[in-house]
Amino acid sequence: MWLSKKIRYHFMKDLGVPGIMRFSRTGKKRRPRKKSTSLGPPLVCNSRLRELMATHYLLSRYAQGAIPVAWVTSGAPVEILRPFDFYTFYPENHGALCGAQKLGPELCAEAEVHGYHQDLCSYARIDLGHYFSGKTPVGRLPKPDLLFASNNICQTVVYWYKALAEYWKIPLILFDTPYNFGEISEVDISYMVRQLEEMIPVLEQISKRRFRYRRFQEIVGIAKEASLTWGEVLSTMKARPSPMTIFDAFNHLAPIVSLRGLPAALEHYRALLAELEERVAHGVGAVKDERWRLMWDNIAIWYKMRDFSNLFAGRGMNFVTATYTNAWSETIGYLDEAKPFESMAKAYSLVILNNNLNHRLQLMERLIQEFQVDGLVIHSARSCKPYSVGQYDLKRLVTERMEIPTVVIEADITDSRAYSEEQAMVRLEAFFEVLEG
Amino acid sequence: MNYFSGIDVGAISTEAVIIDTGGEISGYSIVETGANSTEAADEAFDKALLAAGIRREAVEGIAATGYGRISVPLASKTVTEISCHALGAQYLFPDTGTVIDIGGQDSKVIRIGDSGKVLDFTMNDKCAAGTGRFLEVMASKLRVSLEEMGGLSLHAKAEVPISSVCTVFAESEVVSLVAKNHPREEIIKGLHRAITNRVWSMVNAIGVYGEVTMSGGVAKNRGVVTLMEEKLGKPIRVYVEPQIVGALGAALFARRQSRAVT
Repeated sequence: MWLSKKIRYHFMKDLGVPGIMRFSRTGKKRRPRKKSTSLGPPLVCNSRLRELMATHYLLSRYAQGAIPVAWVTSGAPVEILRPFDFYTFYPENHGALCGAQKLGPELCAEAEVHGYHQDLCSYARIDLGHYFSGKTPVGRLPKPDLLFASNNICQTVVYWYKALAEYWKIPLILFDTPYNFGEISEVDISYMVRQLEEMIPVLEQISKRRFRYRRFQEIVGIAKEASLTWGEVLSTMKARPSPMTIFDAFNHLAPIVSLRGLPAALEHYRALLAELEERVAHGVGAVKDERWRLMWDNIAIWYKMRDFSNLFAGRGMNFVTATYTNAWSETIGYLDEAKPFESMAKAYSLVILNNNLNHRLQLMERLIQEFQVDGLVIHSARSCKPYSVGQYDLKRLVTERMEIPTVVIEADITDSRAYSEEQAMVRLEAFFEVLEG
Repeated sequence: MNYFSGIDVGAISTEAVIIDTGGEISGYSIVETGANSTEAADEAFDKALLAAGIRREAVEGIAATGYGRISVPLASKTVTEISCHALGAQYLFPDTGTVIDIGGQDSKVIRIGDSGKVLDFTMNDKCAAGTGRFLEVMASKLRVSLEEMGGLSLHAKAEVPISSVCTVFAESEVVSLVAKNHPREEIIKGLHRAITNRVWSMVNAIGVYGEVTMSGGVAKNRGVVTLMEEKLGKPIRVYVEPQIVGALGAALFARRQSRAVT
């Protein structure tokens, strides 16, 4: 069983899935979308991204039983799993995918039927909803052998993954990151390093593979390189006009989240960077008539991506930076092959959601200056409490100190029931009036 | 003489204001919005024309605001109620730095700068607590008219605390308080306190700048205004008909647009 699945997995990985992708590239032509008059030409790398992520999801079906599978939170130090060849699956990325396909309410409702409250994060509800109903837009998800979570993004993941561990009767490894109130201490670092070291024998046992330190160092190096390249990708948006919109960036975030530490993510960002640099050199803007440059705070509203993209572009407004997309370029660059454990502790404990509000204010001010931002749109996400708390204070401080207009819109990342179009539009239109004077 | 009009199609009521080129209010009207925003806008406009004693042709420009602003075919311009309340309030009270507007389904706090420009604003979340609808629901439960509530609460000897800010739950709370024979005016004062506290947190989110003007239907309620003045520690400016401030702002925008063209 194990062997046959293994052979099948490797066949699909090396020949089957690439073949399917080649076929779909030549065979099916994508239905042409109605061209937006205010958006520039779409990125060539968009189809590359679609193929990369489709491959990842398609192959995941064959991973189960063939190689060890881990479900991982977006902020977990995944590099430690890679030397053991885990197939890593990201429920948050899957949640975003469900959100973009407007399946949030349906899947959330599946979890609510089982007593999970509407106030619970909708990524968690979608994931639990999938557990109860098996519903997913990607066909089938691989059943995990291991759950790997870090509370550096929120406390919810701890209880969400505990629930999954209980349902599936599988082990959960939790990476506990002390919250950074001001400065990270040596004690904190050694506490986290110890945790990482303690994981190794457990991971060896689950994966039935030996830990190879050299391989681990290589992976840390690849993850660092991918994160730095992602940072360069985002930096191209400093150009006027910006070569891509934040909505493009939200989509292209998937590899750094889900494929971090794998060469495929790094290759993707190198290709994307080359395309964007080419655009900048030729003055090609993502929004045809870029007159206003905006910043986005918090996770995307996945079911409103296209609407918002058209709405803002139609007014000559382009989001050129976001605290969200920046999160994967901000600290993962701290990774250091020479000191993989220590550097991982630092990189993963200093992420935006595990860091104090003062840090967030300074980060926002820096981004506003570097990207020449004219206005700030703050998404207060019902799902994401750690991201949404303090936003009104941040709004007031940014408005006062940077003298730019700001607006808060209330919504949710995937559960559109928590979004009211009419009320959001009044706030946004008032914001436009302030911005345009 | 030429005239300009502003029509504010709100969740509960629709107002139309007609001003002359000097900005003087020539006439206004307030009607219920009902189920058809376009008809309500037409009706309010016609009544305002009547009050001003002018014909339709004399109106050079019309701007619409409020939730139903897009369903006003008469209007050549739409502006959000945030900008309209800011401009209207500063026109009426030039030293206004902060506007508190409590409307039917939205309450907002606006910080304004020179020439009525909006500098910052905040609005209630997706919840009817702290809006006119909250008081409307409670008024019907207590069998008093909205207009009576303010006066009644000013005569309350004590105040019954209302613990729930949710309109639906506060309604059941009011029912049980009535059943326990609490005096009506004391319950009303408690309700006014609840709405004031709710809006007060929005005021704090923006801060208080300059003089404060209140607009919207709830500003007619002396009980709420008094409690808000206690919180602020200073008097609040309220126009004689606070409900038309948004429509007045829209009319001023219509006048501004016409000036820009000519």
